[in-house]
Amino acid sequence: MHDRSRWRAWLLSLAILASALLVWHAATRGEGGQATVDAEYAALVGQAAAAGGQTPMPGPMEVGRQIWQHLQDPFYDRGPNDKGVGIQLAYSLGRVLIGYLAAALVAIPVGFLIGMSPTVHRALDPYIQVLKPISPLAWMPLALYTLRDAGVSAVFVIFICSVWPMLINTAFGVASVRQDWLNVARTLEVSRLRTAFYVVLPAAAPTIMTGMRISIGIAWLVIVAAEMLIGGTGIGYFVWNEWNNLSIANIISAILLIGMVGMLLDALLARLSRLVSYKE
Amino acid sequence: MDRHASNRKKALLMRPFVEVQSLAKRYPGRDGRLGPPVFENVSFGIGRGEFVCVIGHSGCGKSTILNILAGIDRATEGVVIMDGREVVGPSLERGVVFQAHALLPWLTALQNVEFGVRARWPQFTRAQVREHSVRYLDMVGLGRALDKRPAELSGGMKQRVGIARAFAIQPKMLLLDEPFGALDALTRGTIQDELRQIVHATGQTVFMITHDVDEAILLADRILLMSAGPHARIAETVVVKLARNRTRSSLHHDPSYYEIRNHLVDFLVLRAGHPPTQENQA
Repeated sequence: MHDRSRWRAWLLSLAILASALLVWHAATRGEGGQATVDAEYAALVGQAAAAGGQTPMPGPMEVGRQIWQHLQDPFYDRGPNDKGVGIQLAYSLGRVLIGYLAAALVAIPVGFLIGMSPTVHRALDPYIQVLKPISPLAWMPLALYTLRDAGVSAVFVIFICSVWPMLINTAFGVASVRQDWLNVARTLEVSRLRTAFYVVLPAAAPTIMTGMRISIGIAWLVIVAAEMLIGGTGIGYFVWNEWNNLSIANIISAILLIGMVGMLLDALLARLSRLVSYKE
Repeated sequence: MDRHASNRKKALLMRPFVEVQSLAKRYPGRDGRLGPPVFENVSFGIGRGEFVCVIGHSGCGKSTILNILAGIDRATEGVVIMDGREVVGPSLERGVVFQAHALLPWLTALQNVEFGVRARWPQFTRAQVREHSVRYLDMVGLGRALDKRPAELSGGMKQRVGIARAFAIQPKMLLLDEPFGALDALTRGTIQDELRQIVHATGQTVFMITHDVDEAILLADRILLMSAGPHARIAETVVVKLARNRTRSSLHHDPSYYEIRNHLVDFLVLRAGHPPTQENQA
């Protein structure tokens, strides 16, 4: 019964994909005059530009071929404007991971403090409420001015956008640890530090992990926009560069790759959160 | 019977092991000023090795009294003295079995007990901690469920782990807050018998809260009856003069059992100063 419904879901998924590809294929068929373009010229200036400024929407076959090409040689490096998609993704992932880990290092201890102490909570709450709704990209000019480095600024933007969900979830998780469990630790005369590590942390861990999962999602959303602004390297810059090249096929390939990587990041965090979850 | 009489005489001569002196608890109202006391003038003693039960309606502050004895809560007035020292905070000298078992759900049964044992004897090696904890889980019949997490245990087994955790730290006094309230009647009966045996064998001093009249008669040497709150107090103390080795199966053959039972039920229904509710007629 369960197996059958799973199979049906798979079939339905495939059917949706197939029909989407079919519609896409039908809609883009016959457009553009790629056959007339001189191959050498095309290689020099890019497919779309070679077609004379027209930007024919590529069909699924072409995008598929493009992605296949990218995956064949993801790490080539032919100068600042032509790097393999693997290198670009690696740059983006690197920035995301540094900013994200820095945010975790700040957010989890501070969230702990906020969750443990109502005074700290009341003192910091106004700042959190004001800072949280600011679009992370609004920090970019300020970051560029003070940090004087585009890459570091992008990392800072990732830091600032991923800090809030982790901070708020940690504080919430810590504050809502069952009083019973804390009483157990108290009646056993367990020190405050040990209680924090052996009772509060595992009790709040699932909530903290939820915050971390939200944060990694937001960080991955923001890095693309940030790299479009800072330029140079990264998958966001790649997308913008391909827009300047009018290579729609590359843009679509990059979009799909961004989605895949985002999905993998989320799956990774989901697996980690399963490790710390518990049933009451 | 004779032993009880001499025990009581001794208790009168000596200061009891635990002395509770004119305890009162008031909570601040909306305006921030203290409201009327939930209970007041609560005084009693507990002898070493004695099993004392408190019975009373919901809201009379039984749990608060237990928490004050545990050192988790503070009394507005009055003091608790145990073994000559005032109770000012939680201590490993008093083990608590919580109402809702309060096991840490991410730890196994064994780890839950070990958590307390390690706190009690920090100098123990890992093997010693384990050996000691296993012994107490064996005592409550959970020797085969060491590595199960609380979610995989039945309600009765969870409460047994809670009991093992409290016993394992070898406290001078054991505090039980309606430990069997959430269990079905059959399981409750089994664990009551077990608890009775363990307490009997170890000579443990116990203070227990219960809603269940039969449970109190089965387990307690002395039963404190509390009137309803606010202004709750200990209205009466009933000494249970039944054989110390009584069991659930022999209890109802003792003629004085019904005498005590009727007395307690009458108190709860008629004299506790609270309209009778179904819960208490049970």
